[in-house]
Amino acid sequence: MSSTPFDNRGNKDASIVNPHGQGTAIPVEAGGHARPAPGGPFLSGEAMTGGYGKNGPDILHNCSISVDRGEIAVIVGPNGAGKSTGMKALFGMLNLREGHVKLDGEDITELTPQARVVKGMGFVPQTQNIFTSMTVEENLEMGAFIRTDDITDTMEQVYELFPILGDKRNQPAGELSGGQRQQVAVGRALMTQPKVLMLDEPTAGVSPIVMDELFDRIIEVARTGLPVLMVEQNARQALEIADKGYVLVQGANAHTGTGQELLADPDVRASFLGG
Amino acid sequence: MDFLNAIVALSNFVLIPAMTYGSQLALGALGVTLIYGILRFSNFAHGDSMAFGAMATILVTWWFQSMGINLGPLPTALLALPFGILAMAAMMLATDRVVYRFYRRVKAKPIVLVMASLGVMFIMNGLVRFIIGPGEQRFADGARFIIKARDFKEWSGLKEGLVLKTSQGITVITAVIVVAALFWFLNRTRTGKSMRAFSDNEDLALLSGINPERVVMYTWLIVAALVTIAGVLYGLDKSFKPFTYFQLLLPIFASAIVGGLGNPLGAIAGGFVIAFSEVTVTYAWKKVAVYLLPESLEPSSLVQLLSTDYKFAVSFVILIVVLLFKPTGLFKGQSV
Repeated sequence: MSSTPFDNRGNKDASIVNPHGQGTAIPVEAGGHARPAPGGPFLSGEAMTGGYGKNGPDILHNCSISVDRGEIAVIVGPNGAGKSTGMKALFGMLNLREGHVKLDGEDITELTPQARVVKGMGFVPQTQNIFTSMTVEENLEMGAFIRTDDITDTMEQVYELFPILGDKRNQPAGELSGGQRQQVAVGRALMTQPKVLMLDEPTAGVSPIVMDELFDRIIEVARTGLPVLMVEQNARQALEIADKGYVLVQGANAHTGTGQELLADPDVRASFLGG
Repeated sequence: MDFLNAIVALSNFVLIPAMTYGSQLALGALGVTLIYGILRFSNFAHGDSMAFGAMATILVTWWFQSMGINLGPLPTALLALPFGILAMAAMMLATDRVVYRFYRRVKAKPIVLVMASLGVMFIMNGLVRFIIGPGEQRFADGARFIIKARDFKEWSGLKEGLVLKTSQGITVITAVIVVAALFWFLNRTRTGKSMRAFSDNEDLALLSGINPERVVMYTWLIVAALVTIAGVLYGLDKSFKPFTYFQLLLPIFASAIVGGLGNPLGAIAGGFVIAFSEVTVTYAWKKVAVYLLPESLEPSSLVQLLSTDYKFAVSFVILIVVLLFKPTGLFKGQSV
């Protein structure tokens, strides 16, 4: 970043600048419109090419990801493969140079992230995915920010799915444990009653027991018919529950298939699943 | 009796003025802390924004006065205040559009915005002097006192008369109302919560469908109201002079930092800490001492620790002392 004229210039004085919580995404600018694009899967990124910033190098190269109704699609791949970037691209958190994003028969490539939320997309980022200074309940309320109808029913459903959150509803989310935070994060995304749920490594940094439970909850959510698109480090466990799997390498599709196919594929096994 | 006299003298010269000054600082510091928390930079143009808002209100006040509109015992400026706020809001939104929005778009680091605000400060400063002049302006009218010294003396039979100026009463009452309204807004309303969410985590706010530009707009509108109210109250209480307002930046920043930047509660506490220490240290305590001490110990000097010329130094000494022991301020702020 030191090459840009707008960097920090060596300043470390937090009494004049507030480094806390500043956004890093340069999202799609406002003013774009959705265009009808009938057919195809429910949510799909087609031949996406792009990277961060105006002149940043391309991270995604002709990458395609899709998920259809009632499916769990999983993206796996080595570190730096562009898994998270692919998710952000689907959500409009970065500008695509080429390719399209389609949702429910519409081309939404030009829509801002907040417009995509209104269209029914829910996204749980990998890190900093809760409002730490706000209570659990306020986190859920913010999740439902775009809704103008009564949200109490949805909130009760989230508390039913994650009972621990109900007990801690008035506690600041920043005081919760790692697993509970992830539950808040998923709950926040569910509050919009999304038509598709995108999870970026929901099990990062939680203990194996909590991880199993989170996977169970995610399957439970997917069984209601909500399409789930997920990035996972625990490739084997994730592919086992996946209807569709994508293996990304250096920002491009390396292998695609059903979860079972990928688990059986000797190439995939050798390179990503440890034999 | 002497003890009561001492208390009255203390109220006249320390408690009431410090309370008033503290309220003004708190309102100013609230604005600083909101911008720091949500827009993530320290707004150096804050003092001069106060001057601009106050100037707009004064112009409308003069216009009302020339038409014979007044509020009876209350200052006409209160009637002109909403218009001043509107003018300030328009000015702030325009500034944001012309200056700050560009830096937000390119994700400039906050230090760049601090420097931009310094430029805005100079322009605002020049603009105010150009329009209303660099001199002192008076615009207070209505009844001058709520409690007059003579009335109080007759009523209580004390030697010392309690004085409460209308401007002091209005300042404290307005500050209480404004602070209560602001806290209610930030903690109870959907828009207020979305501002806190944006302050907490900008990217996640975007993912929740919160429109960042909308949050920024609301912030400027609230800050416009806060600075105008603070500026007008200060002008009513003391007098309006652009340079004084520019200087106010120092104790206001000290208040916000002492309290804990980014924490609204801290801004209020900080305002009162700074105001009380400034007034206490620069007050000539002789009068109170004469009432309290036996004749043999009566002080011959004024018992003034520091000349009022040094009052800004006081705020900074307090600032340094607090930061030495609590680096994030009295209340937990966001700065480290």
